[in-house]
Amino acid sequence: MKTFAELNFPGRLIAVEGLDGSGKSTQIYLLKRWLEAEGIKVYFSEWNSSELVKSATSKGKKRELLTPTTFSLIHATDFADRYERHLLPLLRAGYVVLCDRYVFTAFARDVVRGCPPEWVRGNYSFAAQPDLTFFFKADLEVSLNRILEGRPKLKFFEAGMDLRLSSDPYESFRIFQGRILEQYMAMSAEFHFVVMDANQGVETQQTGVRKLVSERIDLERFRRSSPLPLPPPMQRANKAEETEEDSAA
Amino acid sequence: MKVDVVKPNAGRSNHRRFYGHGIPRVKLEDLAGKLIVVEGADGSGRSTQIARLVDWLETSGHATVQVGLKRSTLVSAELDKAQEGNILSRTTLSLFYATDFADQLENIILPALKAGFIVLSDRYIYTLMVRDMVRGMDEAWLKNLYGIALEPDAVFYLEVGAEELVQRNLSKKAALDYWESGMDLGLSRDMFDSFLKYQTAMQVAFRQLRKNYGFTVVDGNRPVSSITKELRKKIRALLVDK
Repeated sequence: MKTFAELNFPGRLIAVEGLDGSGKSTQIYLLKRWLEAEGIKVYFSEWNSSELVKSATSKGKKRELLTPTTFSLIHATDFADRYERHLLPLLRAGYVVLCDRYVFTAFARDVVRGCPPEWVRGNYSFAAQPDLTFFFKADLEVSLNRILEGRPKLKFFEAGMDLRLSSDPYESFRIFQGRILEQYMAMSAEFHFVVMDANQGVETQQTGVRKLVSERIDLERFRRSSPLPLPPPMQRANKAEETEEDSAA
Repeated sequence: MKVDVVKPNAGRSNHRRFYGHGIPRVKLEDLAGKLIVVEGADGSGRSTQIARLVDWLETSGHATVQVGLKRSTLVSAELDKAQEGNILSRTTLSLFYATDFADQLENIILPALKAGFIVLSDRYIYTLMVRDMVRGMDEAWLKNLYGIALEPDAVFYLEVGAEELVQRNLSKKAALDYWESGMDLGLSRDMFDSFLKYQTAMQVAFRQLRKNYGFTVVDGNRPVSSITKELRKKIRALLVDK
């Protein structure tokens, strides 16, 4: 798996990964705000957001029609749509693309659901490796509490109820997230994750993120040459919460 | 009058397998029914033959189920919509079709086989793979993707020359289908011309795929009834036992 830099793309891709409630969405949002303010050409893309695939995904989830295989494939379809229609052209055009979750989410989650790891990885093999991947590692209890306090009603697939781990959604969610964390940690070295301590304060983490991004990526190259209108703003109800986009779980 | 219905799995050890990684937690030995696939282009006579086979099988006392591309509860409507606008790129469309296939495999094909039904599939993964191969997609990637598929008990590929397909399609609908003409490939702006080129390329790709997936090529240029006769004969052998 080669990075976009290794493939000679003019653009760069930065991904964030982590459990629901790890604070990764807040961090990537703040990174985006900083890059925009610096006049960098930046685009933000989140997991499970392709318009076209959305209706099938939500139908599958609402009616609990999804099996591990179709769950995996429909998310791969969503990713491919965003990858081919948005990410690739933007990376060709020299953008810094920020991804809230990338293929590693599928690698972790689908494998926990019982899909063969080689099959999942093969399906996503059209995707290049991010130039920088942050993994926000919070204590399992901290992540769980953030989610469980904020939104007591867990969705069926989000709680991993399809795995029949427990008839109690909260218990199921705990076991499910614990297993996903194990998968993430197992691939951390292989995919060169930059592991961030997500138990730290928001500002401390963001300082670390910005420092690393400016060290690893020559941001001057991505500055707009002329003042252009910014891409359409992200639609977020509340920037401090990361519950909405995590409904992908 | 003969009243005994031959059981599909009569006294035979099972050689069922998935092409690749398969579907998690499926017990292959439980799949007592038979999976029969009819492949071929639009106008090759697939639907006619399947209808005739269903008739014959049910009269003989076999329960049947039919599946085909773009018939899943999960994504068929969305796939239609995507194709109307021609807005999906290749990998995306490919994965979308795979989702449609997987949904039917898990929710219809496998349960029906478990219940001892004869499943007739109007096209299978081969059409999907061949379409993508013609569009330049990586064969190894496709092989992995469709490693979820169950190997059928029989695959009949109805081969009809491109010129004959044009005639049949025009006499049926007085028009050629955009996708069946491969218009998205930009082979020619002329639909007639594109259809011929595309269908010829599809046939070449089918023959290439045949090396690894071993299916029976059936000459589809013959009269309907003689094709049915051949198919019946082959299926009967399958049911009686090998």
